[in-house]
Amino acid sequence: MELTVNGSTHRVDVEPDTPLLWVLRDTLGMTGTKYGCGVAQCGACTVLIDGQATRSCVTTVDSVAGLAITTIEAIDQDPEGRKVVEAWVANQVPQCGYCQSGQVMAATALLKQTPQPTEDDIAGAMVNLCRCGTYNAISAAVRQAAQA
Amino acid sequence: MNDLTPIRHRPTHGEDRPLNISRRGFLGGAAALVLSVTVPVGRARAQAAVVPGTRIPAFLEIRPDSTVLFRSAFIEGGQGIFTAMAQIVGEELDVDPVNFVVEGAPPGPDYLLTGGGRFTGGSMSVRMSYETMRRLGASARRMLLEAAAARLGVAVSELSTEPGRVVHAATGRAIPYGEIAGAAAELQVPDDVALRVNADFRWIGKPVPRLDARDKSTGRAQYAIDLKIDGMLHAAVQHSPRLGGEPGMLANEAEVLARPGVHSVHRLPGAVAVVADSWWRARRAVETLQVTWTEPTAGTPHAMPSDFSSETHMAALKATPGEGVAFETVGDPAGALEGAARVVEAAYDAPYLVHGQLEPPSAIARWNEDGTLELWIPNQAPEMFQADAAKVAGIGPDKVIIHSPMLGGFFGRHFLYQTANPYPQAILLSKAVGRPVKLIWSREEEFLRDTLRPMGAVRFRAGLDAAGLPVALDAVAVGEGPTGRWFGRQPDKVDSSAVEGIAGKVYAIANRRVGQIHVDDPAIIGFWRSVGHSMNDFFYETFFDEMADAGRQDPYGLRLRLLADSRRHKNLLEAVADLSGGWKRGPFAAEDGTRRARGVAMASPFGSEVATIAEVSLRDGGVIVHDVWVAIDPGSIVNPAIIEAQVNSAVALGLSSALLEEVVYVDGMPQARNFDGYPILPPDRMPRVHVRIVESGAPMGGIGEPGLPGVPPAVVNAASVLTGQRIRSLPLSKLDLKGMEG
Repeated sequence: MELTVNGSTHRVDVEPDTPLLWVLRDTLGMTGTKYGCGVAQCGACTVLIDGQATRSCVTTVDSVAGLAITTIEAIDQDPEGRKVVEAWVANQVPQCGYCQSGQVMAATALLKQTPQPTEDDIAGAMVNLCRCGTYNAISAAVRQAAQA
Repeated sequence: MNDLTPIRHRPTHGEDRPLNISRRGFLGGAAALVLSVTVPVGRARAQAAVVPGTRIPAFLEIRPDSTVLFRSAFIEGGQGIFTAMAQIVGEELDVDPVNFVVEGAPPGPDYLLTGGGRFTGGSMSVRMSYETMRRLGASARRMLLEAAAARLGVAVSELSTEPGRVVHAATGRAIPYGEIAGAAAELQVPDDVALRVNADFRWIGKPVPRLDARDKSTGRAQYAIDLKIDGMLHAAVQHSPRLGGEPGMLANEAEVLARPGVHSVHRLPGAVAVVADSWWRARRAVETLQVTWTEPTAGTPHAMPSDFSSETHMAALKATPGEGVAFETVGDPAGALEGAARVVEAAYDAPYLVHGQLEPPSAIARWNEDGTLELWIPNQAPEMFQADAAKVAGIGPDKVIIHSPMLGGFFGRHFLYQTANPYPQAILLSKAVGRPVKLIWSREEEFLRDTLRPMGAVRFRAGLDAAGLPVALDAVAVGEGPTGRWFGRQPDKVDSSAVEGIAGKVYAIANRRVGQIHVDDPAIIGFWRSVGHSMNDFFYETFFDEMADAGRQDPYGLRLRLLADSRRHKNLLEAVADLSGGWKRGPFAAEDGTRRARGVAMASPFGSEVATIAEVSLRDGGVIVHDVWVAIDPGSIVNPAIIEAQVNSAVALGLSSALLEEVVYVDGMPQARNFDGYPILPPDRMPRVHVRIVESGAPMGGIGEPGLPGVPPAVVNAASVLTGQRIRSLPLSKLDLKGMEG
């Protein structure tokens, strides 16, 4: 099976129903995308599939063959991603940081689709869990990234 | 099939030998680097003379580019300790914190900075090491000055430092630290050094940015779960549904062994494991295993009874009669209650909680050719894990090398709780397969084996005088605290972790008693952010409002009155009222038309003082929290931005526990095995958080936990104003408040 991750093509030999998350982490060694719950509850595993925020823990790898998969490892190559990262650093968002790859990917997807999000847009898109409770910093950073 | 039982030989002694660290290694360059790699500092454990926090090379390496590698005694798990350490040491060393690279230190006597031991917890890290770490930085700076004086042929008194270099003002010459680190390492560590005066601080007390913010925003930060060791296999486990059960028959073992990528199937104490070439394959395989679990044999420690339920245990706590062992007695509470004009009584309770840190537990184990065992494990206490791992492995502690990666949240999760730590399994599996093994517990296995914040039940009686003022308060807490569970309990003494937050309150009530009745908790209980305070301040501060209402006193006014003689607490209470725009209880109509109220609470956790106000409304039968104001007095501070972040975090976790969280056991098994059955605070329930830091100059207190305990009572006190009914049990999601929106 061929996967296009961050613009590169990878041949992977895994069962077709393997979650994309584990192909990224174990097969391709890209550990920036995190395992939190495995059942699409927390969002730590969020990646972009053709620009859409997607929870890779419940996305089977065969369903994304041929699609453009973007992970946190390529965030610096994306114009919205760069803005999001700078806003994350400026707002000192991360605490333990474990959920933040997914948060940054969710924010990047939001700004790609809605460059000037309303508060409702932000609330609707930024639904990933953070056990450290960085939610206020996250929404402040999204607002700042939208204005950058 | 491998039948693995723990290899619990007596640890071999005699392997510890004094480590001859030459001073050459103390600072700088390749020498220190090689030393740190080839001779783990842990080997120096037999050196009785080590005074923790004084041997510079155990902590500092100044590298040729003048950046500093700093080994922190405390583990970073989101609380910002690595940044705080860089601020504290950098201030005295005269190196900008931004030029620090900080990592968790290995086990060793140098790092025993929390009362002769070492763990990252109890909100202790900064306050317990502040002076020692300043002195360490100042000593290293002094040695750099002396080395520069020798190099330049001038007196030390003619030299000063600028960040990262020694300067000779008279001639305009400057030497970067990296160039003289080697020479400085040859010098004696000075006996006494002057510390900077506070007025000259550049970094201590300032909102220095976190060192890890960019790595954590770009996915580059590495946690234990992300690490990869050459040649490693992946493992997943299925635990006995009830602790104490052992794997019996495996009905489909051959079928599981034939699955793609599967290396082997193993029996472990209380679990089965599959080792495979990827974790997903291991997990699918182990969950496919059809295991018959045997019932625990009589006398199995901590065996979970098959008829255990959280509901019946709570009922048992509430039904346990008596006054318990006295922990705190002031005045004559019995007499004062007898003579009171009115007695108010109420019983409160709170449920089990899980930690719910987002990084599932993992462990990597590798047996090395030289007989050492190397472990990469999330942990808050490297020496304790080292000692226990040695027992599991049947080797001496000096043969166990511990790596302590950054933690993806902890909140008390990563203490040494044998049945809740995956590393014993990883050790056994790695031994069995003869290769490094990385074990990850699925979230479902984590929900099954995480330690629980204990449940608690408290009975209160207050006596009021004719004016409605409290003259007596009697509290009896029933249950078990985690400190007694893990560090030993004396039958005739109260475990303070069971009563902290009911005891130690600061209000001037002339007659009071806090007693505790110990009841063994059948569950494996542990430390959860703010420990006993996480529920006890809820019990006390909500009962306080109940008492105030009974005496027709405003709850803020009554608190202020009972703190009249305690300036620190009175100031803090007034500060939070001021921060919130002035105290008002409500109900009142907000601009958006909702009916709202505010509640107030105080807490004295971990050496800090906290006052909290919350504003709530009711909607769709639930409680909405709009704003939380927190005034915190930790005495003095290191990083106000990190404090504000920690208070935000503590508010989120405290609110999550008040609104949503409850572990339910039925038939000896937890009913929720993932976040779908155990909701934690989502973004749309997060209130605005407003923080004011008050530096009273009192001895430095903790930061990571103190923001939490005031949140549940402030929220519940506010909600009770709107419902007109007292709420005495958490979480609030159990209640249907429909029709009370008013």
